[in-house]
This record gives sequence, structure tokens and C-alpha cells, in this order.
Amino acid sequence: MSARERVAGGTANFIDERTGAAKWMKKTLTKVFPDHWSFMLGEIVMYSFVILLLSGTFLTFWFDPSMREVEYEGSYEPLNGIKMSAAYASALHISFDIRGGLLMRQIHHWAALIFMAAMVVHMMRVFFTGAFRKPRELNWIIGVALLTLGIVEGFLGYSLPDDLLSGTGIRIAEAIIQAIPVVGSYLSYFIFGGAFPGEMFIQRIYAVHILLVPGIMLALITAHLMLVWYQKHTQYPGPGRTEKNVVGYPLMPVYMAKAGGFFFIVFGVTAFLGAVAQINPIWIYGPYNPGQIGAGSQPDWYMGWLDGLVRAAPPIETHAFGVTISWNILIPGLIIPGIIFTLMAFYPFIEQWMTGDKREHHVLDRPRNNPNRTAIGAMSLTFTMVALINGGNDLLATHFDMSINQIMWFSRIGLIALPPLAFVITKRICLSLQRADREKVLHGRETGRLVMLPHGEFIEVHEPLSPEKAYALTAHEQLPPLEISGADSNGVANPQGIKGKLRARMSKASQEQIQKPTAKEMLELEDGHH
Amino acid sequence: MSEINMESNKEIAPLEDPGLPEHVHRKTDVDPLAAKKAERQVSILFSLSAVGTILFVYSYVWIPDDTLIFLPIFGTTNAHQLLLGLGLAMALFFIGMGAVHWAKTLMPDHEVVDYRKEQRSNNEDREAFVATVKDGAGQAGLGRRPLIKRTLALALGLVGVSPILLLRDLGPLPENDLNETNWKAGTRLVTDPGDRPIRPSDLEVGGVAQVQPEFPAGKVRHLDDIAQDSVLLIRIRPEEFNLDAERLSWTYEGIIAFSKICSHMGCAVALYEQTTKHLLCPCHQSTFDVTRAAKVIFGPAARPLPQLAITVDSEGYLVAKAPFNEAVGPSFWGRDSQ
Amino acid sequence: MAKSVNRFIGRISRYRRHRFAAPLMLLSGLLLAGVGFTVAQAATEEIQVVLSSDKASLIAEGKEIFARGCSSCHGLNAEGAGAAPSLIGVGAASVDFQVATGRMPMADMSQQAMRKEPLYDERETAALAAYVASLAPGPAAVSNEELAWERDGNTADGGELFRTNCAMCHNLAGQGGALTQGKYAPTVMGVEPKHIYEAMVTGPQAMPVFANSVLTHEEKLSIIKWIKFVETEPSLGGAALGRVGPVTEGAVGFILGLGILIGIAVWLTTKAR
Repeated sequence: MSARERVAGGTANFIDERTGAAKWMKKTLTKVFPDHWSFMLGEIVMYSFVILLLSGTFLTFWFDPSMREVEYEGSYEPLNGIKMSAAYASALHISFDIRGGLLMRQIHHWAALIFMAAMVVHMMRVFFTGAFRKPRELNWIIGVALLTLGIVEGFLGYSLPDDLLSGTGIRIAEAIIQAIPVVGSYLSYFIFGGAFPGEMFIQRIYAVHILLVPGIMLALITAHLMLVWYQKHTQYPGPGRTEKNVVGYPLMPVYMAKAGGFFFIVFGVTAFLGAVAQINPIWIYGPYNPGQIGAGSQPDWYMGWLDGLVRAAPPIETHAFGVTISWNILIPGLIIPGIIFTLMAFYPFIEQWMTGDKREHHVLDRPRNNPNRTAIGAMSLTFTMVALINGGNDLLATHFDMSINQIMWFSRIGLIALPPLAFVITKRICLSLQRADREKVLHGRETGRLVMLPHGEFIEVHEPLSPEKAYALTAHEQLPPLEISGADSNGVANPQGIKGKLRARMSKASQEQIQKPTAKEMLELEDGHH
Repeated sequence: MSEINMESNKEIAPLEDPGLPEHVHRKTDVDPLAAKKAERQVSILFSLSAVGTILFVYSYVWIPDDTLIFLPIFGTTNAHQLLLGLGLAMALFFIGMGAVHWAKTLMPDHEVVDYRKEQRSNNEDREAFVATVKDGAGQAGLGRRPLIKRTLALALGLVGVSPILLLRDLGPLPENDLNETNWKAGTRLVTDPGDRPIRPSDLEVGGVAQVQPEFPAGKVRHLDDIAQDSVLLIRIRPEEFNLDAERLSWTYEGIIAFSKICSHMGCAVALYEQTTKHLLCPCHQSTFDVTRAAKVIFGPAARPLPQLAITVDSEGYLVAKAPFNEAVGPSFWGRDSQ
Repeated sequence: MAKSVNRFIGRISRYRRHRFAAPLMLLSGLLLAGVGFTVAQAATEEIQVVLSSDKASLIAEGKEIFARGCSSCHGLNAEGAGAAPSLIGVGAASVDFQVATGRMPMADMSQQAMRKEPLYDERETAALAAYVASLAPGPAAVSNEELAWERDGNTADGGELFRTNCAMCHNLAGQGGALTQGKYAPTVMGVEPKHIYEAMVTGPQAMPVFANSVLTHEEKLSIIKWIKFVETEPSLGGAALGRVGPVTEGAVGFILGLGILIGIAVWLTTKAR
């Protein structure tokens, strides 16, 4: 035995005698992971989270979360002698006086932007491929919870330096809290420790931002990963891939190297952004002062859609019986996001109700093969995009020579008119793609080569698909719509009633498909068509 | 009836699963020279990472942290920071690239198949579980001992009250705070910043002034005060006003004062368009018409900005005639309706 | 001569079917047109007439230029007409600002006069200013030398003043901002100190007037000093992405950051050849 083998053997023995880990490790190291780039989006999220933890811990060594008023005396000349909170002053100190401080601040913020961006794209991948179906509905709900927590965490994070831009965002958050019926002003006074801005807010959100939310997120991420691990990852349809297997590469050595390497790549790209692209230059914004404001004030992009909704809201406020309810704040700020996130969380069950499909699914859908779901996804993306665009309407106006009033009206109408349009267009596109697939399976791939036949006719040569490719295009299921009859054979009305009718309608819409080529058609082809 | 009817709609399976495709060998699997080349490439990548770390250490130790350098696209930037960051990025990135290239070219790439079992436990296990739970519950005997059950519920319900009560001292109760500001009858208007009192002649037609209430000597102005007291002073020609008699009496020779705190969500509304006499809040684009007492003409704000009644005192400086007649800032449940 | 030209053309025509031939021809055509146009334009510059520089003749010259270039909108006696306001009482400062920054004469009758290449040179601008100032008293123009902003201004105070009085229209970094109905507050970067001063004093178009009694002379100098500092300060932490904040940062994070990472993920999962 070589020295290396002896050491390795000794270590393994030490651990196994205390934990009995040998059996589990063997199973783990040979665990199979399917390989597709779209499966790496969740990894980007996870690695960004680790980067946030590491860079964030670095920042906590110097950040002072106190709103105590100090007079700045430091390296940045234009702020010398200006009164500001200790939090802002310490953030300036980190940026200018700590070597690598500005780099770490920027890496932290870029990592947060990439974290949220990758989370959204990952969520879209899971949605459009139907990976949330049984048995993964719980994981989907955990994911929605992580998305919500991520948005809150990011908002609190960039508000910590207490600069003019983020302070304005806090003012707006306070207005939303204050607008809550009955308890609003009480909640606001409790959260801020008195009138806005008070002296307690930064230290309170500091505890939430570095301890509470990361702790909850860590627990949820662990649960999320454990479920993926235990339930095994899904896979795209293809030759050799069924509902009962997983085809891919083993954890050791391939996946370890690729996934581990990818962590360093994500970290490297984030560090690159932190090095070459300035982000959140708080020294230009100045310390927060409720009497000051800058044109073109926006929150970070993952809150931008909320800002856009608030901007587009009609000015409705009701005054009755001595109380005021600000619908213009509550509807875009709390009610609509609440509805959207609740629907999002329960979508797997809504889809189950619509289709009646309660079986386990481990093979993914190609988005075109579920036109209804893809169209619903496109619809919600369109809504979010219009809201996001409206959130930046003043910047669009300045840079593209437009009027904010026009952009606002476009958004107000667009928020309602464009999503259904996107739904219809996307569904039609999916159905056309299905038709194209069908043609490809039946008649082969168009090669673009023209051949003249002896009797003068020109034909285009079609290359028949390989059996693997053809299988991949036809492996999907095409479920029939639910049959919910109005009354049974004895004339007794269906107790489901309207709910049943609605369900039948939705099921019919959701199962709209272009028929796959049937076995009969395939046989006909082979027999003599060509 | 509402389940999928699999019988009459047999799945259409036009094609047999051809099974996993043939394994295609990579160049590095068949050609030892190609394998050596890949090995060299991986080593170069790992070495680049080392170079990155060296660059990082060099920048940290030997480049003074106020060194500036001019680069295209960047403009003038701090060389120390840039090289520190690029060094770190290189160090991390190339470890990753090396590992991935190694896995792609040299590690085995045979696809492996693993098998799934149904997530659902088998029926025996399920029955055993149900039996265990029933047994355990029976042993606890809650069903037979209602007094225990009820008092347990009482205790658990009450203990939750303590932590909630502990949060009471998070902050004071708002009471009438939201309805009050530091503006009283006779309070002088002073410039912000500068704290200089203002005469009507100081303000030209078409001009604005950022204003705060004068604080007595010794009293310090805090951000809390600014968040409710900030006022915008605007001067237009008196004939341009479109106000009722009462509101007109709150102006002075074409000078009108509004709370700067937006009635929508509290941002500072200070963007004044001299030509249109409109105030624009940059947060959500609510637009207010100064000639009509800051009436909302566009955007999500539902209420006009509160107007401060002003006049001049015996020395000719502008003073408030009375406190605001309504609460400033965003709305809240108990706000006096208008 | 003709023979060698012929031979030369014969030799290069070998490449006439080369795949770069067409784009190259297009590019050279464009270049030729551009150069030709520039040369032609420069050749048609107007000849300057040098006049004597005493005050009375300056006003007279100004009146002449006014009649030629401004009266069609502003009226023959600068009394204003339609959208163009009266210039009586606006002072030399207004004229210096509007004309020297190229805003006037306006390129088109849109919402807002844009900064562009000035049409009139320094002398002509001074003449116009003298003429308008002669109509009625108004704020006087200033020169860059008069404004001792470096000596008398305070950068930190200037920042506070800018954030309180200017940032709501011109943005926290002075990059400009949107007003209603397509109007905008332009960027304050790259503006001469005297024009910044004159703009504050005269309140051009939608900008309000900041009289010296409200924003003192020293405070104005501090604002100018702060603007000049920000204009020239190094871009710390990397390339400043336009300094307009989270919108560009989010776009860069998504497109550049996530884009690169997804690109690498695709490479990572592709089978090696």
C-alpha cells in the first residue's frame, strides 16, 4: 500500500467507526446527475448565495449599523464635515480606507443581483419544463418562499448603508406599512422605533439581514437540496430516458469536478464584475435626508416591478366613516403581489386540478408540448416586464427622448392588455412548433437541397430523423381533456356544478395539442409513401 | 369521473425507445497525444489561477491604494482596486475552468443509468406507520383525558402571548404624532440649508426656496423633523392663481407654500417646472398643479399637497399663519378625511 | 501614365469577386461621401465682418443679429410671440446662457431647447446680450474668470446644496432627469461654470429661478465647485455605468453577468469532441 492509500484508508476508517458512513458514502459518490446547461441555473443561485455569505461576513467586520449622527472626516473630500449616520460613514470607510473593501462591497452587491437573476431564470426553467409536478410541489413552494425572502433580503441589504437612494426606498416601504388598515401607523412606529426615520431602523434590519433571513434561507435551501437529492433530479425526454430511471454522470469524479469547478467560475465572474463595474456608488448619492431626493431614483431590479406597479396605480383613496384607505398604495404594493405570489406557490395544485393528472412525473416537458402552461408563463413574464419597464420610466424618458406621461399610459394599458395578448401569441407559437415537430417526424428534416427528378419535377430532399431524435420528439404524453358530464345517465345533475364546468373548460384549453404522429401513420410511411 | 380515463384513450406510442445512443469516443479517449494536449491545457489553466493570486498579492502589497490610471471605457480609475479585483477574479475563475476542462476531456464520460423507485412507501410500511401512530396516541391517552387536553390547550395558547407582549416597547404609540409638525402660528420660514429668514422680496417670480421652520436656539433639527417639516416656497404672479378665497388668503403676494413631503408615499416633491407651474414627484411621477393648491393632475397620488398658510411678521419676514390644517405625508388609517 | 493606371486596375480587379470586395467598396464609398461633405461644408463658411468694439456699436450689431436670427419667433422688438417668450428684462445673463450653449436659436419648435453647437461666436453672443440688456434691466452675464469658485466655494457644502436644490431634477450625480410631457433637466456635466451660474440666476425654460437672496453667491460657487469635482473625479470601483443607478446595474447583471455564466454552463455541459 502506498503512503497515500494508507492515509486515505486511515481517515476513512476513523470516520466510519464513528458514523457508519461507508454505505451512505458509496451510494452518494455513485449518485447520477443528468447533464444539461439549464440544470446549472440552480447551481448559479446556490453559489451566489455562498459568495454572499462570504463577502457579507467580510463586510460585517467593519460596518457599524448605527444611526447615530457623526461628522465625516475621511478620505472622500466632498463629504468632509457633512453630518451623516455612523452606518453611512462606516460604509464610506469600507469603500475608501479598507484595502479590498470597495471590491468586497461590489462583489457582494453584484452577487446579490446575479443571485436574484439566476433565481428567476431557474424558476422559469422549472416552470416551463413542468419540473414542479408531483412529487416536487413542495420544492416549488420552498422555491417561491426563497424568492420572496431573497427580494426582502436584497432590499434590506442595500438599505443598510443609509444613503439617499436607498433611504428613499425605505421611506416608500414605510408608506406602505403606514397605509395598512387599522394597524398601519402602529406597525410603522414599532418598526422604526417612533416617527420616520427614527434612530433604530438600520440596526434592526441589520439583525434581520445578517442573521434572521440568511438563517431561514439556509434552512430552506438545505431542505430544497435534500429534496432534489432524495427525489433525484428530473431529466429531459430522450432515448434511454424513462420515468423510472436517471441517466447522467456519477457524482465522483465527473460531477464533483464540474459542479465544484462551476462554483469557482461563478465566483470568478462575480469578482470580475466587482473589479470592473462600479455598482451602488454611495459616495455620490450622499447620506439620507428626508428633505432631499434625486431624479431617476429606482430600487434594485428585483423590486423594480413593484415600483412600476405603484407608479401605474390610479389615484384611488377612500375616505369614509373617519378612516382613510389608500387603495393606490395597498393594491399595487400588497394586494397584487400577494395574489401573484400565492397563485405562483399553488400553481402545481392548480394545474393538477385543471388536468386531473395526479401521477408522478420525472421526465420534463419540452415547453412547446404544453402550450397552455407555457402561455401562462409568458403571460406572467409579460406582466412583470411591463411593470419593470414602468419602474424605470423616467430613465427611459431621459435616454430615449420620450415623455414619462406617455410611458405611464402605455404601462397602465399594457399591464392589462399585453398579458392576454402574450398568452394567445405564445400558445399559437407552441402549437405551430408542435406541428413542425410532427412534420419532421413524419417527413424528415428539410435539407435545403433541391433535386430534379427525371420527369422534370423539383423536390427538396428530406433527411429522415435518426431514431433517437424521432423518439425525443414523440416521447411526450398527450393527455385527453377531462370528461366532466353535466348529468349522469339517470339525469342526476353533477354535484360539482359550476366548478365542474369551469374545470372541464380549463382542462380542454390546457390539453389543446397537435396530435403526435400515430403508430399507424408511421407504419404507412415506412410502407410505401416515399 | 374526473380522473384521466386511460382505458379509452390509450397512449399513442408511435416509436419504440431506441435506448441509450452509442457512446462516441472523444479525441482524448483514442489519441494519447490529444490526451496529453488536454492535460497541458488543464495545467495552463490552473497556472493562470496562480498568476491571478500573485497579481492580487502584488496589488495589495506594492501598489499604493491611491494610484490612478487612465483606461479606455473606464476613464480614470483606481489601479490598486482594479488589479486587486482582476487578480482575485483570475485566481478563482481559472481554477474552475481547469476543473471543468479536466472533467470534460479526461474524466470518463460514459453515461450511467440509475433507477428510481416510487416515492410512495409500500402498503406494509404505511400500515405499520399508521399502527405506530395510533398506538402512541392511544398511550398518551388524550382522548380519554379531556381535562388534560383542555388545560394543555389553555397553557399553550397563553404562553404565546408573552413574546408578543415583549415587543410592545419596540416603539412608542403614534398617538397624535402623525397629525403634528413643528409649524405653529408665527414660526418663521428659514432657508434649507443656511437657516436664514426670508423676506418676500428675496424670492423672484418663477423662483423656489427650500424651507424649514425656524428652531429656537438650542433646539437641534433632526431627520425626524425634516421628514415632516420640509416646505417648498414658490412664487408666481398673483393673477395666475386659481384658488378659492380661503386658500388665496393663505398665500402672500404670489408666494405659496406647500409641504414638500409627497402625499403619496413621502418622497421630497421639489421638482418645480417654472413654465407649467407643476410640481413633479420623481418617485412615482405624481404631478401637482401649483396654481390650484397642488391639486393632483397625474400619477398615483390621491391627495393634493397640504398648503401652509403664510404671511409676514412685523419685521417683514415670512412666517406661518397657522399650523398645517391636515396631516402631512402619506395617508394612514386614522387620517382626517378631506 | 494611363498604361500603368490600366495595369494597376487590371491587377486589383482580380479581387473583384472576393467576399470582402463588396463590404470594402461600401465602406470606401461611405468614407468618400463623408470626407467630401465635410470638406464642402468647411469651404462654405461665412466670412466674418470685423466691427469696432465700443458699446453702442455692440448694441447696434446685436440688434442687427437679433433682427436676422431671433425676431421671427421673439418679435421685432423682443416682445415675444406665441410660444417664444418676451425677452424684455431677461438680462444679458439669459442671452449668454441660451446662445452660448447653443440652445438658441432653437433647432425645432419642440418641448425643450437642447444644448448643441452654438450658432453664434463669442463676439456675436456678446452683441446680442448687450442688445437685450439695453431693452430693460436684468441679470448681468458673468465670465469664467469672475467666478472664483475654486477659491471661494466649498465642495462639501456644494454637495449638500446640490442634493437639496438641484438633484431632484438633475439627478444625484448630475446626469439629468425627466420632467413631465417630454421635457427634461439636462446633464450638468461638461457645462462651463459661467453657464451653470447663469442658469441658476435666470431660470431658463422650466428651471426655476434661484435668486442670490435665496441661494447666495457663495452657495452658487460651492455648487459649481462640487459639480466640477464630480465631473473630474476618478471612476472608483470600475467603469461607472452611466451613474444612473440600479436600472443599468440590473441590466448589466442580467445581460453580462448571467449571460456569461449561462454561456459557460452551455460549454460545461457540451460533450467534448
